[in-house]
Amino acid sequence: MSETTHSTRDGAVLTLTINRPEALNALNPPTMRALRDGIEAAGRDREIGAVVLTGSGRAFCSGADLKDVAARLDTGEMDVGNDLRANYVPLTRAIRFCPKPVIAALNGSAAGAGLSLALACDLRIAAAGAQLIVAFVRVGLVPDAGCLFFLTRMVGLSKATELALSGDPLSVEAAQQLGLVAAVVPPDQLMSVALERARRLAEGPRQTTALIKRGLERALDLDLEQVMELEAQLQTLAARTADAQEAIRAFIEKRTPVFRA
Amino acid sequence: MPYEFVLTEARGPVGIVTINRPQVRNALNPQTIAELVDALETFDGDEGIRCMILTGDDRAFAAGADISQMVDAGAVEVLADDNFARWARFRAIHKPVIAAVSGYALGGGCELALMCDLVVASETALFGQPEVKIGIIPGAGGTQRWARSAGKVRAMEAVLIGEPVRAVDAERMGLINRVVAAGAHLDEALRLANLIAARPPLAVRLGKEAVNHAMEVGLGAGLDFERKLFYLLFASEDKREGMRAFLEKRPGRFNGR
Repeated sequence: MSETTHSTRDGAVLTLTINRPEALNALNPPTMRALRDGIEAAGRDREIGAVVLTGSGRAFCSGADLKDVAARLDTGEMDVGNDLRANYVPLTRAIRFCPKPVIAALNGSAAGAGLSLALACDLRIAAAGAQLIVAFVRVGLVPDAGCLFFLTRMVGLSKATELALSGDPLSVEAAQQLGLVAAVVPPDQLMSVALERARRLAEGPRQTTALIKRGLERALDLDLEQVMELEAQLQTLAARTADAQEAIRAFIEKRTPVFRA
Repeated sequence: MPYEFVLTEARGPVGIVTINRPQVRNALNPQTIAELVDALETFDGDEGIRCMILTGDDRAFAAGADISQMVDAGAVEVLADDNFARWARFRAIHKPVIAAVSGYALGGGCELALMCDLVVASETALFGQPEVKIGIIPGAGGTQRWARSAGKVRAMEAVLIGEPVRAVDAERMGLINRVVAAGAHLDEALRLANLIAARPPLAVRLGKEAVNHAMEVGLGAGLDFERKLFYLLFASEDKREGMRAFLEKRPGRFNGR
């Protein structure tokens, strides 16, 4: 890890915290690199079953570090498109391709690419009072880092259009109504609720969890026949795992399955 | 014959050849190529085998040639070594070969996949010809096979820029047959191989020859060639059995004669 992020372990759950509270946890290249490395390492680490991503201080993540962007634009050294390709895209991809569940614990507001980061996660648990802001249009920019993909699929084109064109904040309570946020809890309970969710997911059948994540990802772009074929492929793999065999036996024997963590 | 860099396994009528140099992402040195071609030729001559699968591991099908072995080579050495004679033997194999690709299929690894008759890929697969980045071009058929299966403009992009394409894009451009879930590529290749194995072997063999001929000649000559193979199959026992079984609504029992 680096000074921009820190990580803590709690059993099988790894918590990655963006640690630039003075900048509202804005994303600069070293921060994104550290997050990406942390998530990729967690994906490979057999001891870890789930990841919680959160921020320190009053924001979850305020998006791109605009001071950094402005300075680099002034010197003419910056190509925003290539910056996305080099830094933001690999981070979003790392979260989506992580074989383990990644939960965003929204301790405060998620704006711009910070929202993209939250939406890339598998679940969002939010502290009451936090806001989601598709803020890009406010600085004359287009939603990026996967935001258009996630928003249109999660809330539909109509609501995504309203949010993206206005840049108006959405309370997490309203976001929960839209299905964007799984739970809204009092701020002082956020981490315990998020860690408990993560712990439960980490105790599940790991390989099956990874297969379900891949299936959900691809199902978005396929038709029914293709999805049913994909499911047949995934099920062949899942049924072969020791965890599935244990769970099926446990079901017949009317007992709780014990998964190999 | 024991091999150092490939594993072989007969699973019923399907012969599986696995490139096994995980420490170098299955890079293809001359010995590996010689071994895999030899293993395929052995299955090709085995009456119990009807179809072959060529695969690597989850991380790499084959990540190109061993650059460390080529860095100091001059034109004369490369010419004298004649590595391509080994590749050429691949073309003489009669039975279908299915590539089951996961992870990297780059450079010679991509060309190897494209030499196969069918290509099944895990969604993690990446196909590409990065040779241009190190000052050469594909040398084992990459420029020709990309152009023939994916078309000229896709081939140009692959060969001139050298960036790989994802399996889903490779499927869309006709470079490969299909993409399956990560880890399911060998299952799918086996499913297809067993379907082929259940078909009459002579028809499969001549069907492969006829399609390959389409890559070589003009339409008229290709149609003439196809017609001759078509007539030839009417002389086979399997044709009589196949047609009778069809009329009697039962599965055919084929003996390859």
